Amino acid sequence: MSSDAITMPGVNIDDRAWVDVLHRWLTTVDHKRLGILYILYALFFLLVAGAEALIIRIQLIHSHNDFVSPQVFNRMFTMHGTTMIFFVVMPVLFGFANYLVPLMIGARDMAFPRLNAFSFWLTALGGFLLYFSFVGANGLYGAGNAPDVGWWAYAPLTARAFSPGHSSDYWTLALLVSGFGSIGTAINIIATILCLRCPGMTLNRMPLFAWLNLVMSGLVLIALTPLSAAQIMLLIDRYLGGHFFDAQAGGSAALWMHFFWIFGHPEVYILIIPAFAFMSEIIPVFSRKPIFGYPIMVAATIAIGFVSMSVWAHHLFTIGMSSYANSFFTITSMVIGVPTGIKIFNWLGTMWGGKIQFKVPMLFCIGFLFQFLIGGLTGIMQATAPVDWQLSLSYFVVAHFHYIIVGGIIFALFAAFYYWYPKITGRMLSETLGKWHFWLFLIGFHLTFDLMHIPGLLGMPRRIYTYEPGRGWDTLNLLITVGAFIQGIAIMIFVANLVISYFKGDVAGNDPWDAWTLEWSVSSPPPAYNFATIPVVESRRPLWDVKHPEDPDSRYE
Amino acid sequence: MTALSPTSIFNPTSTPAHSIFHLSIFVLVITALIFIVVAGLLTYAVIKFGQATADSSHEPPQVYGSTQIELSWTIIPILIVVVLYLATAQVIHGIQDAPEPKTALDVIAIGHQYWWEFRYPKLGIVTANELHIPVNEPARPTPTFIQLLSADTDHSFWIPELGGKTDLIPNHPNKMWMDPPHAGIFLGQCAQYCGTQHAKMLLRVYVDSPDEFAGWVRNQQQPAVQDASATAGREVFEHTACINCHTITGTAADGRFGPDLTHLMSRATIASGAAQNTPEDLRLWIQRPDAVKPGSLMPAMQLSNQDLDAIVSYMETLR
Repeated sequence: MSSDAITMPGVNIDDRAWVDVLHRWLTTVDHKRLGILYILYALFFLLVAGAEALIIRIQLIHSHNDFVSPQVFNRMFTMHGTTMIFFVVMPVLFGFANYLVPLMIGARDMAFPRLNAFSFWLTALGGFLLYFSFVGANGLYGAGNAPDVGWWAYAPLTARAFSPGHSSDYWTLALLVSGFGSIGTAINIIATILCLRCPGMTLNRMPLFAWLNLVMSGLVLIALTPLSAAQIMLLIDRYLGGHFFDAQAGGSAALWMHFFWIFGHPEVYILIIPAFAFMSEIIPVFSRKPIFGYPIMVAATIAIGFVSMSVWAHHLFTIGMSSYANSFFTITSMVIGVPTGIKIFNWLGTMWGGKIQFKVPMLFCIGFLFQFLIGGLTGIMQATAPVDWQLSLSYFVVAHFHYIIVGGIIFALFAAFYYWYPKITGRMLSETLGKWHFWLFLIGFHLTFDLMHIPGLLGMPRRIYTYEPGRGWDTLNLLITVGAFIQGIAIMIFVANLVISYFKGDVAGNDPWDAWTLEWSVSSPPPAYNFATIPVVESRRPLWDVKHPEDPDSRYE
Repeated sequence: MTALSPTSIFNPTSTPAHSIFHLSIFVLVITALIFIVVAGLLTYAVIKFGQATADSSHEPPQVYGSTQIELSWTIIPILIVVVLYLATAQVIHGIQDAPEPKTALDVIAIGHQYWWEFRYPKLGIVTANELHIPVNEPARPTPTFIQLLSADTDHSFWIPELGGKTDLIPNHPNKMWMDPPHAGIFLGQCAQYCGTQHAKMLLRVYVDSPDEFAGWVRNQQQPAVQDASATAGREVFEHTACINCHTITGTAADGRFGPDLTHLMSRATIASGAAQNTPEDLRLWIQRPDAVKPGSLMPAMQLSNQDLDAIVSYMETLR
């Protein structure tokens, strides 16, 4: 196909000094390099926010522990949550989308390469602002050092009366700036997918990866805008004498809650839909079968996108909405389980009758399926408003959303790392280290997050820096902390694998997994221009058609 | 589960807590059944179709989908959702729209940064952190209806055994109710992050028999005890900043920023449950609040040992 190389005139890449290499990375507009920058940036913050999680877990190891002060603890859970959502999971997903979408649809770059670079550097600035607060947030008032208002920063805790100094301002600006970056990237992904598909790649033949990232980007446009608006309103409250959220002056604290969660719940789907995208590419290849029910997978994704915009107030069942509102958000939150269930069943259908190969990416996919199933079912429990009156704001919720974010999204991300690392670097990740990583992380994950449901059922609220003895929470918290450290060790093995394999891994070749989408038709790593000649496709699995001329997919479409 | 924890949601002791508990079990059973079916199918697929060695020379049959199967796993979940929703809507209505009987006890709970203020408007009582309510008797129902307000940030009232939680949000009054059938002490704490000392904003509810409750009400309605032996401590109290934040009836102290101390000795704990109400803990709390509850809004009063002893002795008389 299009694997022929083009000779670039007058460029000898190996000769350059490190300062030239640095300059090229800092000024790049290449979608692959920007993708790698996003991914490295997110990995750095994964380690930072992971360390914050361990500080939280050490503090909670037994009742009345005083490893850190309440002030430090409150900063840790605020920074852990904010960092993980905005500066780990979102950038790493954007990184993979950036790297893979053009390659999968047969394009040479994103639609707007400069906007792409601008978006990345805005996101990078956001993370820098957030962490600069540790040194810069004392401000004139001498109070505050890193945000401590929780990752959803409910009003009026963010009012100047309760949050003096500048820590909340750094939080606001970090999210505002990175939010603009996310919107830029979303526009770019949408334009790329709609306008730059290669000949023959109709919407109906697009890899599900591209479809799901298209829906995700649409959600970003809709969800990030109210968040940005709310951040600006908060700044007006804090500095221009506004009273949007200032309850003492007639403003509404509940208004902020609605603004935040009308962003916050679609955000959950912004994060999980790309994880679905990884699943939908990786499971078929390691089951040696095409995705089961492609049209209904697309339809279910679009349905999730729409319904996800009408479920936000299930985060607010305890704020005293009317019984009608509570009923409405109960039914919408349960309904979204239907298209999500369809996805699980279709992955099951893909595996059914296949020849499943237990390579490391597939191990992480199988872990994802079980854990996402459990996380979805505990979600149904909390969609039931009266049950949520007990479970909301407790450790049960913390366990539930970590089941989705770690057990679901992070497992899917690890699958993606093991699957696409050979394409990105030209080297295979070590299967041995990968299996150590998988099993240790699986054990640590279940020790931590299975047990974490129970203190919630026993009345333990979230965000408490210490707790009373005699409530039945001590032993559970000790085991949860042990699990967290096992996960930490697994992450270290993963990072070591990334580094060691970069230098010593087996050479991957173009297509190490015998896969079917266009990125595997070019060299690993792909040349700057991706495709020497733009490919022409005739089915959903162009490389299957090439490898099986006797039985091409195009015959059935 | 009582043995496991005094704050378990599986030991309901009030009508709302009971109906939530039954609904929880119903949802748990349905989700457990779904889990068994789907996880069973996944496990079967992984075992049955898993290959010990990777061999892609022979590809399995390429199946693209099946409309009947996909329809079935769309329609069955929809039916389950309908059933779950109907059961849920009934409980929502039953708890939220329950009418308040005329014989109900009215309480106003006001969340403050790191303590609870309780007002009984019909009884003229103001107290803090430890709520007293009567047992609900079927013959003469006396459920407690609580109006929830906040003086500053968001808080959440949660006693797991008595019901779900409801937030206290400034400028956004909420309500909740409970009707415990037997006496006891019920524990809980603030569930909505409200600032530095969110963790030590503990909460306890005494459910009293009708006689005990009547006795408690009579005592709370008395003015503060004027014990001649504690005049020195009272002098110190009235001439320091204590009176800006605290109220003791019959004295110059009428502040509302901190808890009402008129009947301080009728409470088992201080600092919203962070310490026991003993002379030693009380002394430490007045001398160095940060040693008990770092970040609380109670300032260290910088009193001499003599004044400190006098004030503690005075507090000890406020029965």
